[in-house]
Amino acid sequence: MGPVAGPPPHAQPLVRRVEQVMGFPVSLAIRGRHADDPPGRRAWAEVMASLREVDEVFSTYRRDSWIARLDRGEVDLAGCPVEVGEVLALGERARTESGGAFDVRRTRGEGTLGLDPSGVVKGWALERAAGPLRDLEDTDFCLSGGGDLLCRTLDPDGPPWRIGIEDPHDPQRLLATVPLQTAAMATSGTAHRGQHIVDARTGQVPVVVAQVTVIGPSLTWADIDATAAYALGPDAAAWLQTRTGRAGFVVWQDGTTATTGSLA
Amino acid sequence: MNDHDANEPPRMAIPHRDGGSPRRIVIAGMSTITAVVLLFGYHTSTQTSSASPTVAAAPAITATSTPTGSPAPTGSPATTGSPTTTGSPTTTGSPTTTGSPTTTGSSDTIGSSDTTGSSDTTSSAGTTGNSAAATSATAPSTVTSPATFTGAAASTRYGPVQVQITVANGTVTAVDVVEYPTSNGRDQQINARAVPTLVQETLQAQSAGIDMVSGATYTSDGYLQSLQSALDQAGL
Repeated sequence: MGPVAGPPPHAQPLVRRVEQVMGFPVSLAIRGRHADDPPGRRAWAEVMASLREVDEVFSTYRRDSWIARLDRGEVDLAGCPVEVGEVLALGERARTESGGAFDVRRTRGEGTLGLDPSGVVKGWALERAAGPLRDLEDTDFCLSGGGDLLCRTLDPDGPPWRIGIEDPHDPQRLLATVPLQTAAMATSGTAHRGQHIVDARTGQVPVVVAQVTVIGPSLTWADIDATAAYALGPDAAAWLQTRTGRAGFVVWQDGTTATTGSLA
Repeated sequence: MNDHDANEPPRMAIPHRDGGSPRRIVIAGMSTITAVVLLFGYHTSTQTSSASPTVAAAPAITATSTPTGSPAPTGSPATTGSPTTTGSPTTTGSPTTTGSPTTTGSSDTIGSSDTTGSSDTTSSAGTTGNSAAATSATAPSTVTSPATFTGAAASTRYGPVQVQITVANGTVTAVDVVEYPTSNGRDQQINARAVPTLVQETLQAQSAGIDMVSGATYTSDGYLQSLQSALDQAGL
């Protein structure tokens, strides 16, 4: 495919695709040369195939997933796909860097430890799955999975993707908008799933923080940092301030907000 | 089913690893040391995207000054009566509550709940109805009657979700969830919050020209799928 003199991606029609995987919708907004041609559709199919494969390996809902079998002691780490080690290593690094607030090992009902790398897997899987989209020439895209997303704009003078951030206290509203050209954004909160994030140091549910959004170059780390900051509760904004190269947006339970870092 | 035996070789073989052959480290448990070793071995895949994120203009985050009036479209499927049959777009004679155009002159912005019915000045979707929408304010009864399109029911782990949209003059004027999971008390609690949220999001996204929404949207299974199929039927 040689260079084609055509309009820039942002001047071409926007195409949207949606499919379900891992229990959430994956949405793609794509524009440019391969937005709706066979290579573009193939890339989308590859994205979804990658996510489905991750789900088979990491789902804590599937008894036959590698992570579930590892958790039950039926297999050791060496017997698992290398991605399991990669994800657990990311989780371990996040645990260390968050002072223990983030941990993929959770306390289960009877006080036993359970393995739940969900806080790492989502962003990591989306970033990894986006590879085929990045390979498309003259094509811009924004890929979102259940509220976490990454986007690309090839033309630095082109219009950014416009991202809305939900208001956790009234999810019928958008609390903020963020123009992103090439970056990742992840949001952690409890607006839709109830309380599912705990401070691993105490086992307690954070009460002063309502939602954390992190923007950065890597969706893997934006997602981890958003979850870790949420788990840190009152220290969320202060901790995000220490994370270089990332911007944070914290919504407290009292409705006030805090912005950290800058990408400008 | 992937009920592999423990001795069977791993099979997650997506070839984007940088180092060639898969490396494994035999350990008994998951000690910190092992995890760190693995980290150094495999950290590169998280850094494959561009080195630095780029954002447009200086302020990365802009708080929207949103009027907090009560949103008109609710999650209840009350506006269009009985749900239409899946797949068959039907034209309803009576305008929906949120769909009736009000004023094209008003500068509707984010959060104003009746934006998309009347003016699509800021909308990135449904622009084909521009001229018709302009006239609809003064003579709503003479323009194209609103039509409803019902998306395919999407099955989710929480139960079926089905979305109906109302379209007038090429613009989505209402989104209703005609079916959502109610299988048990807990699901009901979750969805009573999640579904109306997403309904409103759709309208806001149009009026604000938003491409994507970031939030804690885990339970939105099926919603977008059904919405997409409704949009597809409407040709939007």
